Amino acid sequence: MLEKVASGISGLDEITGGGLPAGRPTLVCGGPGSGKTMLGVSFLVRGALHDDEPGVLISFDENIEDLEVNSASLGYDLAALQQRKLLAVDYVYLDPHTTIETGEFDLEGLFIRLAHAVDKVGAKRVVLDSIDTLFAGIPNESILRGELRRLFDWLKSRALTTVITAERGETGITRHGIEEYVSDCVIVLDTRINDELATRRLRIVKYRGSAHGANEYPFLIENSGITVLPVTSLGLAHTVSDDRVPSGVAGLDQMLEGKGFYKGSSILVSGGPGTGKTIIGGQFVAAACGRGERCLVFGYEESVPQMVRNMRTVGIDWQPLIDDHRLTVLSVRPSLQGLEMHLASMLHMLQTVRPAVVVVDPLSALQGSGTPGQSQAMVLRLIDHLKGLGVTSMFLTLPDGDVSSELSIASLMDTWVELRNQRRDDGLERRIHIAKSRGMAHSSDVRDFGIGASGVAVVDRKAHA
Amino acid sequence: MSDLHTAVNADESWDLRLYVAGHTDKSVRAIANLNRICRQHMEGRRYTIEVVDLIARPQLAEGDQILALPTLVRRLPEPMKKIIGDLSNEERVLVGLDLRPSRAPPP
Repeated sequence: MLEKVASGISGLDEITGGGLPAGRPTLVCGGPGSGKTMLGVSFLVRGALHDDEPGVLISFDENIEDLEVNSASLGYDLAALQQRKLLAVDYVYLDPHTTIETGEFDLEGLFIRLAHAVDKVGAKRVVLDSIDTLFAGIPNESILRGELRRLFDWLKSRALTTVITAERGETGITRHGIEEYVSDCVIVLDTRINDELATRRLRIVKYRGSAHGANEYPFLIENSGITVLPVTSLGLAHTVSDDRVPSGVAGLDQMLEGKGFYKGSSILVSGGPGTGKTIIGGQFVAAACGRGERCLVFGYEESVPQMVRNMRTVGIDWQPLIDDHRLTVLSVRPSLQGLEMHLASMLHMLQTVRPAVVVVDPLSALQGSGTPGQSQAMVLRLIDHLKGLGVTSMFLTLPDGDVSSELSIASLMDTWVELRNQRRDDGLERRIHIAKSRGMAHSSDVRDFGIGASGVAVVDRKAHA
Repeated sequence: MSDLHTAVNADESWDLRLYVAGHTDKSVRAIANLNRICRQHMEGRRYTIEVVDLIARPQLAEGDQILALPTLVRRLPEPMKKIIGDLSNEERVLVGLDLRPSRAPPP
């Protein structure tokens, strides 16, 4: 059984079944700005703070001040770790212009510096960032390659868990073929620009002696560190619940066997502008919070204060729920981030908030920010993920006129509630209808409903007759 | 290990430091080559040679940014120069130190 150590990157340990190979080198490669250095720093901080494994950072690229500033943006205090002897940083500067080769040499100086730093803090983890700088600074490549082989042997003989970063290559995995020396674990980072939007991705190319996820995973670098998000389809093996979740609208529950939705199911609420979708969503959320559950709302069309104000006009007060953290409302425009990145940040929020109920308003905002195929796949992954977490999710959407795309989204959902406005001479008639609801004998009526100062009320005309 | 050779004869003072790691063949060759080159080409100049063994004093490697060994550092006169290797290529050493190859006979 291969021993593994926690990487400090949330999500990466899940994909690798426990983290990076203990006592072995891992190669992390990627282009400039792909997050290699911060991945290395996260790995060291994790070891220093949580695993009783002090670390050494040999930086060939950035000086200590820059490293400290950049790491602070992820919430890491490298200076404090150095003071507490949990981290040793050595900035190795090579100036190729002042170096002349006059005969035989080796890189024993690097070994001495590394060993000195390792001994200083009793290090168990080492990061070398990035190895490519050596190729520019050392005039004799064949000596350098021999010394690199010796270096990796030395690291292994000392059982140091090491992250080596390297530039991505055009022909091989890395520019200088470093993968030839490090064969235990190879991770590739990638930043792709689509429609001027950047998406970071991580892929495990190789992990000797260990199963690992083979997909590309989006990842985020933010003030709480690096998060890798396994957003692939989880399959259909979700645990199914018989528990029911009230919709927050008594008359709607009545149409759903008198009990409401299934817990962990996905609900589509569709209707034209002004049909009351957002209010139904707001009432659903308020009811869940009233039961003491945590809720997460992704609002894409209105600011948070505007949503709160509008809800108040129909007797739904979100503010106290937001104040005591039962309700989290996020207002972002998905097109600003790109679809993949947006999904990644949604999943990250799910991990952080851990809600029982999620409302997405409107789903059409997600669909508008990619090609139809991409957005369909994204919604599917989001639903899969929510189901995997047992979250009951409500998606509000406008009919976009394209019947096939509407139906294909509806087919992903467990319950589909249709809202319609009918204009009459004497005013507006609002209609509600359950187009489908899997696993229950739902009403097939088209019922009237009203929106007043106390929210949505559904009228059962048959019952009144 | 610290060898000191001083010759006071010229107005410009040279400060040379040779970094090595223990008594390896490379270290011994570099020290011998440096002493010979200085005798032959630095006659009449004031210079000091300090040999630093990084195995005994690893903390000194950071200051002069030493990675390759042996490394000869010309600390004075400025600008600082770094020469790596066992100094067996005399022409390259002289170029690296800004010393013209001298045809003067050995002392």
